[in-house]
Amino acid sequence: MNKTASIFAWLAVGLLGAAAVGVIAVRRGEPINALWLVVAATCCYALGYRFYSKFIAAKILALDAHRATPAERLENGRDFLVTNKWVVFGHHFAAIAGPGPLVGPVLAAQFGYLPGTMWVLAGAVFAGCVQDFVILLFSVRRDGKSLTEMAKEEIGRVGGFVAYTAVIAILVILLGVAALIVVNALKDSPWGTFTIAMTIPIALLMGLYLRRIRPGKVLEVSVLGFILVLLAIWGGQWASQNPAMVRAFTLQGTTLAKLIIVYGFAASALPVWLLLAPRDYLSTFVKLGTIALLGIGIVVLHPTLHMPALTRFVDGSGPVFAGKIFPFAFITIACGAISGFHSLISSGTTPKLIARETQTRMVGYGAMMAESAVAVMAIIAACVLQPGVYFAINSPAGVVGQTAAAATATISSWGFPVTAADMQALAHAVGEQTLFNRTGGAPAFAVGMAHIFSQSLGGAAVMALWYHFAVMFEALFILTILDAGTRVARFMIQDALGHIYKPLGRTSWYPSILATSALVVGAWGFFLWQGVKDPLGGINSLWPLFGIANQLLATVALCVATTIIIKMHRTRYAAVTLVPLAWLVAVTFTASWHKILDPNPRVGFLAQAQVLATGPATKATARLIFNNRLDAAVTAVLVVMVALVLIESVRQWIAVLSGREEARVKEAPFVMTRLADERG
Amino acid sequence: MNRLIQAARILLATLREIFDEAAYERFLSRTQTASSPGAYAAFREEFEESKTRRPKCC
Repeated sequence: MNKTASIFAWLAVGLLGAAAVGVIAVRRGEPINALWLVVAATCCYALGYRFYSKFIAAKILALDAHRATPAERLENGRDFLVTNKWVVFGHHFAAIAGPGPLVGPVLAAQFGYLPGTMWVLAGAVFAGCVQDFVILLFSVRRDGKSLTEMAKEEIGRVGGFVAYTAVIAILVILLGVAALIVVNALKDSPWGTFTIAMTIPIALLMGLYLRRIRPGKVLEVSVLGFILVLLAIWGGQWASQNPAMVRAFTLQGTTLAKLIIVYGFAASALPVWLLLAPRDYLSTFVKLGTIALLGIGIVVLHPTLHMPALTRFVDGSGPVFAGKIFPFAFITIACGAISGFHSLISSGTTPKLIARETQTRMVGYGAMMAESAVAVMAIIAACVLQPGVYFAINSPAGVVGQTAAAATATISSWGFPVTAADMQALAHAVGEQTLFNRTGGAPAFAVGMAHIFSQSLGGAAVMALWYHFAVMFEALFILTILDAGTRVARFMIQDALGHIYKPLGRTSWYPSILATSALVVGAWGFFLWQGVKDPLGGINSLWPLFGIANQLLATVALCVATTIIIKMHRTRYAAVTLVPLAWLVAVTFTASWHKILDPNPRVGFLAQAQVLATGPATKATARLIFNNRLDAAVTAVLVVMVALVLIESVRQWIAVLSGREEARVKEAPFVMTRLADERG
Repeated sequence: MNRLIQAARILLATLREIFDEAAYERFLSRTQTASSPGAYAAFREEFEESKTRRPKCC
C-alpha cells in the first residue's frame, strides 16, 4: 500500500473508532447494539498497536533486531528456547488469560456498560499493554530476570521485598476470591456440582492415559477429556432430575467451601502428573475454544445491550459491590485493562522464548490487547441481560431481601423491573432451582453467554446445556488457578523458608510439602470461609481487596519500568509509564483509603466492624468483626509497602536526574545475533 | 492456499507448544530415547518443577 492510501486507511479507522466510541459514550435512553463495542474496541486496538506501541518501540525501547536474546544466547532446550513468534504469542496469551477479565467486567457492569468499556479500552491501550510490553523487553535484556529480581536490582532491596510480598498476598487473596466464585456458582446447583465433580475422575483418567497408554499425546487426550466433560454436562441434567442424585449434589456454600479446601490441599500435595497437569491441559483447551466461540457468537449475532450506559449506582450505592465509580470501577476491572499479575508472566516464561527483541511488541502489547478483547466480550455478555435480571442474580440477599418477592420488589424500585415469575422461568430454562443471590459474577456471565449461544445454536431448548457449559468453563478455569496457584505460592514460601532452615526449601521433602501446602491452603481458605459466611456475599469485600493488591503490583511494575527508562536517558518519554503509574497510585491509594476508613459500613472495613460491634454480640459477629479488621490491616500493609517502593523509586529518579548517581542500567551485554536474517 | 496451510501449521505448532507436546519431543531428542511410559515419566519429572512454578494470571 502506498503512503497516501495508508494515511487514508488509518484516517478511516480513526474516524470509525471515534464514531463508535461516540455512540457508546453519548447514546442515552435506548439500547445500543453490541457491535458498537466490537467496532470501538477493534479500532482502538488497531490504532494503539500501529501508532502508540510503534512509538514506544522506536523512541523509548529502541528495539534491536540484531541483538541476541536470552533464548538464543542461553538456549538449553528447556526454559530458554528460540520459538516462533506466533507460538510465543499463543503461549503468553494462554498464561495471561484467566477468569479475571471475565468476572471483573461483569461485576463492574452494575455501573452500566460505559465506565467498564471506556476503562477497558483506554486502560489497555495506554497502561496494560504498555506495562506488559516494557516489562517483557526489560526482562529480555536482563537474561529473562523476574520482576522481583529487576525491582531489587533497579530500585533496591525494598523493591524486591515488596514485589515478593505483593505476589504472595495477591495469590492468597486471588485464590480465596476465585474459590468463592466457584462456591457461589455451584451452591444449590446439583447439575453444576455433578459436572464439576466429574472433571476430577476425568482428569485422573487423562493423567493415567498420558502416563501409561499414550505418553505425551496431550492434544489427543485433551480432545478425549473435552468429550467426556461434554458428556458430564449432559449427565448433569439427568443428575438434576434424579431425586437421589439431587440430594447428593445439592450442597450449601459452607459444604462446598470445605470440599474445595480439601481439594486444594490434595492438588498441591499430590504428584503433578496425576491431577494438576491433566486438569491444566483440559482447562486450557476449553478456555481457548470457548473464548473463540464467544467472540464468533458476539460478532455473528450482534445482540442488543439492555443495560443502560450509566446506572444510578455510580454514586456508590451499588448492590453488587459498594463504592463510587472512582476508584472502584478501576480496581474491579483489573485484568482487562491493566493487571500487575501479567508483569510476572512477562518476566517469567515468555522472555526466555523470544527470538528477536522486535517480537516483544507483538507478544507483549498484542497479547494484552487480545486479553482486553476478552474483557469486552464479558461486558457484552453481562449487558445483554435485562438489568433487573442482572441485579437479581448478582445482588446478595443481605442487600435485596431474603425472598424472591422482596428481592424483585427492591430491584424493581431501583427502576429495573423484574418479577419473581421472570426469574423462576429463567431459572427453569437454565436448569437451576433459583438464580437469586448468585453473587460472584460467574452465574451472570454464564446466563449471558447461554443467552448469546442459544440464539444461534439450538434455541431456548438447549439454554440449560449452554448455561452449564458456561458454568463448567468458568469453574474448571478457576479450579485450575487454585491448583496451580497453590503450588506456585507453596514453592515461593519454600524458597523463602529454605533460607531459614534448608530442608524446608527442598520441594521434594514431604514434611515441607505438607506444611507449606497447609499454610497456603489455610491462608486462602480463611478468605474463602470469610466470603461464604459474609451476609453481604463476600465479593463485596474480597474482590476490591484482590483488585487493590493486583493494581498495587502493577504500581511496582511501572515503578521498575519508569526507573529503567530514566536510567536509559529517555526521561523525556518517561510519561509513557509515569502517567499510568500516577493514575494507578491515585486509584489504589484512594480505594485503599475508602476500604479502610470510609464511614459507610458497606464500603469501609473498620466502619463495618464498628457497626457489628455495636449490635448484638454473637460468635458469628465476633468472627465478622475480626475479619473486617484483618482485611483493613492487610490493605494497610500492602499500601504502606507500595508507598515505600514509590518513595525509593522517586529517590532513585531524583538521584539520577540530578547527577548524584550514575545512570547505570543492569542489562546483559550486547551480543550480535547469529539467527538467520528474519526481522519479525 | 499456501498461506492457509502455513497458518494451520503455526496454529498446530502453537497448540503443541502450549500443551507441552513439543517440549516432550525435544526431551526425547535431547536424551536420545523413544517415547514410552518411562520416558514420559522422566520428562514430567524434569519439567514438573519449572512448569508448576509458572504463574498463571487471574
